[in-house]
Amino acid sequence: MPAYRSHVLLCAGGACISCGCLAVRDALEQELQRQGLSDEIRVVQTGCVGSCDLGPVMIVYPDEVFYQKVRPADVPKLVEEHFLKGRIYEPLLVKSPETDNLIATQREFAFFNKQFKIVLENCGIIDPEKIDEYVARGGYQALGMVLTERSPQWVIEEVKKSGLRGRGGAGFPTGIKWELMAKSPGDEKYIVCNADEGDPGAFMDRSVLEGDPHRVLEAMAIAGYAVGARKGFIYCRAEYPLAIKRTQLAINQAREAGFLGKNLFETDFSFDIEIRVGAGAFVCGEETALLASIEGKRGIPRPRPPFPAVSGLWGKPTLISNVETYACICPIIMRGGEWYASIGTEKSKGTKVFALAGKIQNTGLVEVPMGTTLREIVYDIGGGVPNGKKFKAAQTGGPSGGCIPAEHIDVSMDYESLAKMGSIVGSGGLIVMDEDSCMVDVAKFFMDFCMDESCGKCPPCRVGTRQIYGILDKISKGQAVVEDLTLLEELCMMVKETSLCGLGQTAPNPVLSTLRYFRDEYLAHIVDKRCPAKVCPDLVRYTIDEEVCTGCSLCAKNCPENTIFKVDGEKKYRIDPVRCIRCGVCYDVCRFNAVIKE
Amino acid sequence: MKLSDLQQWRDRAVRDVSMRGERKEWRIVVSMGTSGIAAGARDVMRALMDEIERQELENVEVALTGSLGLDDFEPVLRVEHQDESVFYGRLTPEAARSIISEHVCQGRKVERFVIGLPKERE
Repeated sequence: MPAYRSHVLLCAGGACISCGCLAVRDALEQELQRQGLSDEIRVVQTGCVGSCDLGPVMIVYPDEVFYQKVRPADVPKLVEEHFLKGRIYEPLLVKSPETDNLIATQREFAFFNKQFKIVLENCGIIDPEKIDEYVARGGYQALGMVLTERSPQWVIEEVKKSGLRGRGGAGFPTGIKWELMAKSPGDEKYIVCNADEGDPGAFMDRSVLEGDPHRVLEAMAIAGYAVGARKGFIYCRAEYPLAIKRTQLAINQAREAGFLGKNLFETDFSFDIEIRVGAGAFVCGEETALLASIEGKRGIPRPRPPFPAVSGLWGKPTLISNVETYACICPIIMRGGEWYASIGTEKSKGTKVFALAGKIQNTGLVEVPMGTTLREIVYDIGGGVPNGKKFKAAQTGGPSGGCIPAEHIDVSMDYESLAKMGSIVGSGGLIVMDEDSCMVDVAKFFMDFCMDESCGKCPPCRVGTRQIYGILDKISKGQAVVEDLTLLEELCMMVKETSLCGLGQTAPNPVLSTLRYFRDEYLAHIVDKRCPAKVCPDLVRYTIDEEVCTGCSLCAKNCPENTIFKVDGEKKYRIDPVRCIRCGVCYDVCRFNAVIKE
Repeated sequence: MKLSDLQQWRDRAVRDVSMRGERKEWRIVVSMGTSGIAAGARDVMRALMDEIERQELENVEVALTGSLGLDDFEPVLRVEHQDESVFYGRLTPEAARSIISEHVCQGRKVERFVIGLPKERE
């Protein structure tokens, strides 16, 4: 019996693989075989479905039943119930956090049904290692159509009409970039795809390459046709081995099918793509550093102008865009620039993928129209802050961005509104923080990252980030004075204005924006020597509430410094405040909430 | 590769993934409870799948459900189309094939296997 009655889509994105989806796949295939169902049920491995904290996840079509946290041990029962007897296997369904009701299908799950997918329309639906599935979903139609029926000018016009802006962070209008490139003289030009995603917490580019690599290849070929280039490079970091593997496989398949190579669709146009693997330096996400790295040089930036569109790879005009930007191109070509421009806000068109992380119920990848409010993303899609905690702020744009405090939660997520808040859309990292997050600690974390990743070419960034980190460190230890805040601000402005590239120019943003919205928290560290969120170890004190203490001695046994001792003649314990290293182990192990953290 | 070749490739490939799109026009739900399986519901279901494949039908999906409570009539299935829902019972693989070729393809119910009267779906 050749036709399958059901497809099981098993998420094989990086996150699900790391929590064991391949073992689930093996168990599933084995069990289907054993029950004699393997010719009725097809198991498909897809790219990232988006709900990364629920993995391994599987979706059973045609009913779209959504199973979460599937373990190999669940498989025999699941197969018997669902695939043999047609009953939904309830233990693996998602539970609605508000109502405790079970959610059976993907379309009932707010995390999915509030999203609007363009970039991720195939991710989690198709098998990224099978070109047939991409073709079945309309793949390479856009390329075939423009090569045989449209002029390069038409393509550029359509991209301009769409209002698409660069999704790597800066938001430069893509159509104008293509037009400038097309006008650049020379017959040797290059197309580069920036897949050097380095922001902590952002993984949309990886997911696109892992889940739908052909989409990027097709868009790069279209870009090549529009601007007159015949060669493309995908620059991907070595930390993304699965993305590299699947993209390389896609390139091989596309070459074999005639979508890459010579005389595509029997026209004069030839185009080919190579992958360049980067060593995972954050600075190589900066375009000039990235180009240097592709050329085999050390990945350090150079001053602009000349912009890459004029002088890029080997001095030739080079179009460089982010993975997500390319992933928007085929839908724009097929459905028209005007259709794309009808989505989003006046100046920010289309959709944006955000990587939701931090103190939030549903973490993972979400794609929403530009102009969706932060509240909708955090509460409707993200399911709110867990454990009844209060939403405090959201950090957008990673180490180059800023935070949005709770009072601005209704901000529209688009380039302009976020810039007004002192933050950026950036590559789309969105880290949610609750009342237990210390803003000084957050700023210090990102500055530590930038200090580490600074390439060292220009002094403002090399020395400045270290000095800023030094002041933040002093503040977090309660050793700073109020004047340090002025110094901190001056230093930030100096680094911002004088650094050579985007890394240094944006590195102070997290500090500046937390200072803007949470100055009182900085002052509490400096003046009161107190960390309001009780995060900074040097400013936290641990004591034992002797009324509550039952004398079980668990804290004393676990204390690494033996600073907890028994009170003579009583079943109580006490902490020696002088020798305490404030590691918090006693707080974590106490079963009676007798350890007080303040 | 010409654009027309790509079109043909797509038409071939789309059958394999069409299940993952919108719901199909016809939906046949087979009762797969213990008594259904004992009465031969699996053979009925496989006959349905085989007939759909043989006739290259694109607009039918087959789903399973637990026992519908009509144990005396097993194997039982329900054909859903627009707002109508028709129950069939005491089926054989051949009867299942005739449901595809008569009811689904020609819109004519196979009355000798229909249970009760056709009802409006809730």
